[in-house]
Amino acid sequence: MRILRNRKTLTGLILLGIFVLVAVVGPTLAPYPPLEIVGKPLESPSSAHWFGTTQEGYDVWSQFLNGDRAILIVSFLSGVIATALSVIIGVAAGYFGGLADNFLSMLANIFLVLPALPFLIVINSYLPAGNKSSTALMALIISLTGWAWGARVLRSQTLSLRKRDFVDAAGIIGERSWRIIAFEIVPNLVPVIAASFLFTTLYAMGTYVALTFVGAVDVNTPWNWGSMLFWTQADQAAGSGAWIWFAAPGVAIALLGTALALLNFGIDEFINPRLKAAGLTRKGLRAAGINRRHTLGLTPVVRPATVTAADRPAEIIEETV
Amino acid sequence: MTEIPVLEAKNLVKHFPVRQGWSLRGAKVHAVEDVSIALRRGTVTAVVGESGSGKSTLARLLARRTSLTGGELLWEGGTQTPSGREYASEVQLVLQDPFASLNPVHGLRYILGRPLKIHGTVDGRSTDDAVKALLERVSLTPSDQFIEKMPHELSGGQRQRVAIARALAVRPKVLLADEPVSMLDVSIRLGVLNLLADLRDREQLAILYVTHDLASARYLADTITVMYAGGVVESGPAVTVADSPQHPYTQLLLSAVPDPDRDGAPRLAGAGSPPSLIHPPAGCRFHPRCPFAMAKCKVEAPPALPVGDGHTSACWLHENTENTQASPAAGTAGAA
Amino acid sequence: MSEPILEISNLSVDYGFGPDAVHAVADASLTLSRGEVLGLAGESGSGKSTLAYAVTRLLREPGVITSGSAIFHGRDGAQDLFDLDAEQIRELRWSQISVVFQSAMNSLNPVFTVGVQLTDVLRAHNKELGRRQRQQRAAELLDMVGITPDRLRSYPHELSGGMRQRVMIAMALALEPRVLIMDEPTTALDVVTQREILQELGELRERLGFAVLFITHDLSLLVELADSIAVMYAGRIVEHAPAESLFRNPRHPYTEGLLGSFPGLHGERKTMTGIPGSPPDLRNLPSGCAFHPRCGYAMDACKAERPELLPISWEPAEPRSASCLLHTDGYQAPESLSKTPKIGSAL
Repeated sequence: MRILRNRKTLTGLILLGIFVLVAVVGPTLAPYPPLEIVGKPLESPSSAHWFGTTQEGYDVWSQFLNGDRAILIVSFLSGVIATALSVIIGVAAGYFGGLADNFLSMLANIFLVLPALPFLIVINSYLPAGNKSSTALMALIISLTGWAWGARVLRSQTLSLRKRDFVDAAGIIGERSWRIIAFEIVPNLVPVIAASFLFTTLYAMGTYVALTFVGAVDVNTPWNWGSMLFWTQADQAAGSGAWIWFAAPGVAIALLGTALALLNFGIDEFINPRLKAAGLTRKGLRAAGINRRHTLGLTPVVRPATVTAADRPAEIIEETV
Repeated sequence: MTEIPVLEAKNLVKHFPVRQGWSLRGAKVHAVEDVSIALRRGTVTAVVGESGSGKSTLARLLARRTSLTGGELLWEGGTQTPSGREYASEVQLVLQDPFASLNPVHGLRYILGRPLKIHGTVDGRSTDDAVKALLERVSLTPSDQFIEKMPHELSGGQRQRVAIARALAVRPKVLLADEPVSMLDVSIRLGVLNLLADLRDREQLAILYVTHDLASARYLADTITVMYAGGVVESGPAVTVADSPQHPYTQLLLSAVPDPDRDGAPRLAGAGSPPSLIHPPAGCRFHPRCPFAMAKCKVEAPPALPVGDGHTSACWLHENTENTQASPAAGTAGAA
Repeated sequence: MSEPILEISNLSVDYGFGPDAVHAVADASLTLSRGEVLGLAGESGSGKSTLAYAVTRLLREPGVITSGSAIFHGRDGAQDLFDLDAEQIRELRWSQISVVFQSAMNSLNPVFTVGVQLTDVLRAHNKELGRRQRQQRAAELLDMVGITPDRLRSYPHELSGGMRQRVMIAMALALEPRVLIMDEPTTALDVVTQREILQELGELRERLGFAVLFITHDLSLLVELADSIAVMYAGRIVEHAPAESLFRNPRHPYTEGLLGSFPGLHGERKTMTGIPGSPPDLRNLPSGCAFHPRCGYAMDACKAERPELLPISWEPAEPRSASCLLHTDGYQAPESLSKTPKIGSAL
């Protein structure tokens, strides 16, 4: 597929693949459970404890390997739910217009304006203790604050698609509205939906880690990198020099976010293919001696200088400024 | 012609509300005003006009894609007018832009298969066979190659043929074509026009051909109806209207059209531009530009007056029969 | 016709660079004489617009001029437009060579009045004119194209399409250039306005004496309007002849087919066929003569050999040329492509 030829997409995909692998096999590979005292507190990295131990004597490496799964599950599940919501609400608002549009747009605007983190913290505080550790519920709640942006984007895309002749033509031959939405409009929105999904997943990941870090959800169950960060903050790891303890989850979160962002860029370029005309890349042009900074209003001339006046120095290529 | 028209429009009116500016609140665009037209099986009726004349709006009204503000549509004499999906199976509309009317994500198999399935015109064949038959009818052969193609692999002319095939899939009695060749390259326009002529002859379709090009209307159509500023100004047999126009606007059109066979330089019979449709002139809408305007024209809009066999012109010049030949035919001199 | 004012020789323009480049114009040669109207006709992909923009160096990225020259005989003598740098071109443009773009009526800046845009042009090229003089000149220009000077204070959206086009023409003529290049200037206008504008243009030409390169797909319009016509196909000029001769006695099969694509307004109605097939994909041109897949006279040689634009071998005295093997030595041109005017009939 053409999309895989893009370097950004490929890098992002590989990086993501690594994280998925860790999520699947990490907990099995971990030498110890994350919350079992297996050593002296704050040991430096050694062959027994690759990343050292925490303030309580837990193995940091095991904690690290266990931290991926919950994040991926919650982020992607939340991304799926939020994207589904944004598609249903956004496309319906754009296609039907009128009162439905007014109502749905208002709904989206409300959720857009809502400060997400405080809102989620408040909701979480109402949950009974047992539910505070359910990944599915977490995903659902986070998706409540993640769908509105995508809905707005899809609404405006649908508005412009609705005016296109092929949508008109579908109506002319007698297609029903739901079929027009599902089979004429949505297929043209797939790249936008994909990008929105990745963006929403990225957002959900950041939100989930933040909620865990703040302690709004059950910090220890399920275990995730946010939990590690919570404990490093509570036990003041920075002061005691146990930098791997907080650096490892921090870097991992950053890399996962980067992977998702790269995939997103890749899809963006797919949606808006810039005119990369044949050979007009920087290298090709430099070889021909054309200055890449093409002046507006001056088409470059690249020709053998055989017909110029005699007093001009012989040049292979005409250069333009 | 005494045959009952398949689709007849009587005194159609369409006003669009104007949605901008405080000063224009409540104003309307008088897009179509008192237009009557009849479409008969086995004929091509051309509607000729410039942009803003209301011809495209007329086509959408006939296709029931836009609601009427006034007037009525009669189906086969008015016994029972179908509606909704049934109407779509009898009356189809082909749009102007072949590069926009086909969904880029679907192949021809889907695009042509849908109308067949919706209206059940597959007739016991497999959908593929039915689609191939359609492709052959519009000369997109070999059909087993074309059925696999996507729109971006086709040229403008081919796409327009697909659009026509899509309309034919429902087995309509009426085909409305809104400027079907305006966006195509000149050398392939005739191919599509000849296809329409063929459909008229072989399948006895009633075809409406909307265009701004008088020459192509003369080539293809049996009847020409000329529209100006939302109303019909002249209507009659195609060659008669094109060769001896009776309405001053048609004469003006003819004098302006490029004509390499013309003797001498063209003399424009009138000047100026089409009027505002929000505040149209009173009486005859053409009177501000008309070289023959009389006092009556400013006050009362003329009805369609007979000027020949099946030929009418909405102009007060033709009120009394002595005036029928009075208007000089400017710029129509040429080899017969 | 008199001395040449713009001589284009062997012009080639590519989009892109390297082996995948698309050859939009290949080896085109044209000469525009002082005061002449030269029509450039063609369909999509013919290269006609690309040629015009390349000559004035206005072609956007990724267009590149890869060969040829464009010698302009201006007030400062003969110069090759492809040798000039940005500043020299800027000076030449508008004061000596002007361009009216396709749908130029959308080229007016919507936030400035017409008067400001006209005086802007004057100020950019002539620093000595005072403000009042500029206003006066702007009013003169509007008057010249048939618009009342009170419109100087109008914004573009307050004018009709035809009036905006007239303003663009006035702007193009503001500095009294010697050459006016017009790319489909009237296509977006209704037929009556088109005719009015072209008549006004004719009057202006008589007064100011500029030459016009008129680019359009409407060959029937060119026959009425132009002194001579060049027909382009797939980036090359395939025929060049005086307008009337081209219309009555075409020599190239494409020209013949193109002329046969315009239904006439007179005479008996008979079925016309246009040209079968469609214009070629410039990235995938047929071998030999690019027109051969659609040509009714195609021979085996046409698939192998690409014909050059040459004077007709059996009519060497005529000021016309065509690129078709049928008119070269060794071949017999068919009757339809070798008609000659009868003695005594007006040309």
